[in-house]
Amino acid sequence: MQQLAVISGKGGTGKTSVVACFAALAGEKVLVDCDVDAADLHLVLSPTILETHEFRSGHVARIREEDCRFCGECMESCRFDAIGPVGDGFCYQVDPIACEGCRVCVEFCPAQAIDFEERTCGEWFISETSHGPMVHARLGIAAENSGKLVTTIRQAGHEIAENQGRSLLLIDGPPGIGCPVIASITGTDFVLVVAEPTLSSLHDFDRVISLTAHFRIPTAVCVNKWDLNPEITRRIEQAARSRNVSIAGRVRYDPAVTQAQVKRLSTVEYGGQAADDIRKVWERIRARTTGLVQIDSH
Amino acid sequence: MKIAIASGKGGTGKTTLAVNLALVVPEAVALLDCDVEEPNCHIFLAPTVDRSEAIGVMVPVVDPDRCLACGSCSHFCQYHAIAGLDTGPLIFPELCHSCGGCVRVCPTGAMSETTREIGLVEEGWAGPVRVIQGRLRITEASSPPLIRAVKKRAPADGMTLIDCPPGTSCPVIAALRGVDFAILVTEPTPFGLHDLRLAVGTVRTLNIAFGVVVNRAQAGNRSIHEYCEAERIPILLEVPDSRQVAEAYSKGLSVLDALPGLRGDLDRLYREIKIRVGPETGSEPRECPAPRQKRSPDQPAGRDSQSQS
Repeated sequence: MQQLAVISGKGGTGKTSVVACFAALAGEKVLVDCDVDAADLHLVLSPTILETHEFRSGHVARIREEDCRFCGECMESCRFDAIGPVGDGFCYQVDPIACEGCRVCVEFCPAQAIDFEERTCGEWFISETSHGPMVHARLGIAAENSGKLVTTIRQAGHEIAENQGRSLLLIDGPPGIGCPVIASITGTDFVLVVAEPTLSSLHDFDRVISLTAHFRIPTAVCVNKWDLNPEITRRIEQAARSRNVSIAGRVRYDPAVTQAQVKRLSTVEYGGQAADDIRKVWERIRARTTGLVQIDSH
Repeated sequence: MKIAIASGKGGTGKTTLAVNLALVVPEAVALLDCDVEEPNCHIFLAPTVDRSEAIGVMVPVVDPDRCLACGSCSHFCQYHAIAGLDTGPLIFPELCHSCGGCVRVCPTGAMSETTREIGLVEEGWAGPVRVIQGRLRITEASSPPLIRAVKKRAPADGMTLIDCPPGTSCPVIAALRGVDFAILVTEPTPFGLHDLRLAVGTVRTLNIAFGVVVNRAQAGNRSIHEYCEAERIPILLEVPDSRQVAEAYSKGLSVLDALPGLRGDLDRLYREIKIRVGPETGSEPRECPAPRQKRSPDQPAGRDSQSQS
């Protein structure tokens, strides 16, 4: 099975629109929306949820008011600034948003007045779409451990693909270069970076391909809305060549991309010039990833 | 006063708004680029960096001569950052949250702490704007400690604008904590509306007063307006969809020139936020419960009212 992740560095360059197209174009695949912070792929693919799972991860400290002796040891111990006095000043309280679940306050409370509760950080779903199975998630508001949630849903997607004999895991990744991105790309066979012709995207592209180079993952780039600034498109492609990143093609600026989103369709189903461009990008990616299979298997 | 510019979805125009707001604010202003994974404010402002500081987090080291290989540290660690081997602990620094628990539970004092570099904080002037940005080291997973380091360098007085990372999880929370007001930037697309709902959930959870700026607004598209009316959320400003703006942005140029009315709009936006936050600015937004007063160990004295680490 091949694993293809689509990421961008900079947000809002068109990752999800591209992945939705690939979903429509690829054969036997499983989709995984790893942008668990702000998942959007379901808005295009209208999944029917088959299974809902709770995502539990880590713990949160909670001070029992009746047992607190107000010694302040917990507040002094907390490295995350998560504990402070409340009310009339006869009790301390943990701010669950700031608490990172380290257990230091629990361990060192002289009154043993602090409970350590398992934390529910979100939900994840196994769904069916018209383009095949999809695993997606909703991270709780202000919750942590998005990287772990990404790993959880990737594993679930992997199992579905193995069980159903599907040959591709197609991953919609998050923006940035931090923990959810690292969790989305480690162990994948190929990464596509969707860039846009702006100086910001050029700057972010440079950082994100340093990350894929670090993990030694073959990487390609496609510049979305390339005709908004052909000069910066060329600079992105130049940077790509000099860093051993292949060029998967260019996608024109086309209002049909947003119109498709409004109609809850992928751009290739909706039609238009950008749709033609994305089809060509997909053909190149498919040629590259199929090539990888041959290299791996000899 | 501290104003954060945030959004659930990436690429909605946070940085553009933050940069141009900084350029029109008629008082001393600091612009904090807290999108430390992909900081972009410097592209538009080109600050002359006069101060650069490596930021480290505390991680444990073990003194093998004093270690009994008892396993207390690995057993205590909630982040699986220490594996207890027969020969002693094996430490995975990138998983460590710097809680200091392992050092405290070690019965022989074999554990101590050292710093591990995770990125840089750079400061410089761009005209009258003090730009303070974090730059996360590539391959580093956790950005909140660096975001907190950027925020600690905000001046005590005057206006501070904070350009947040996209999303709703820990990096965004780290950037938003302690601000007086949040501007949520969105665009009138299904993705924009969906992620705006998430962002609204986040600022409401944090009890932060907020309003919405609709970027790339299109006449006739009322989706964001309908949502905001139903939720009683003020729409502070609409920036029209414009190819000139997109092109100016793509070249790293100021959009103030591309969109002539924008300067006045941003000035009005700024004054409206000041009124909404109210006169007693500084530390406590009106709608928030009183935060606890505690000085973090590395907080310089005299900044308590601005503390937010």
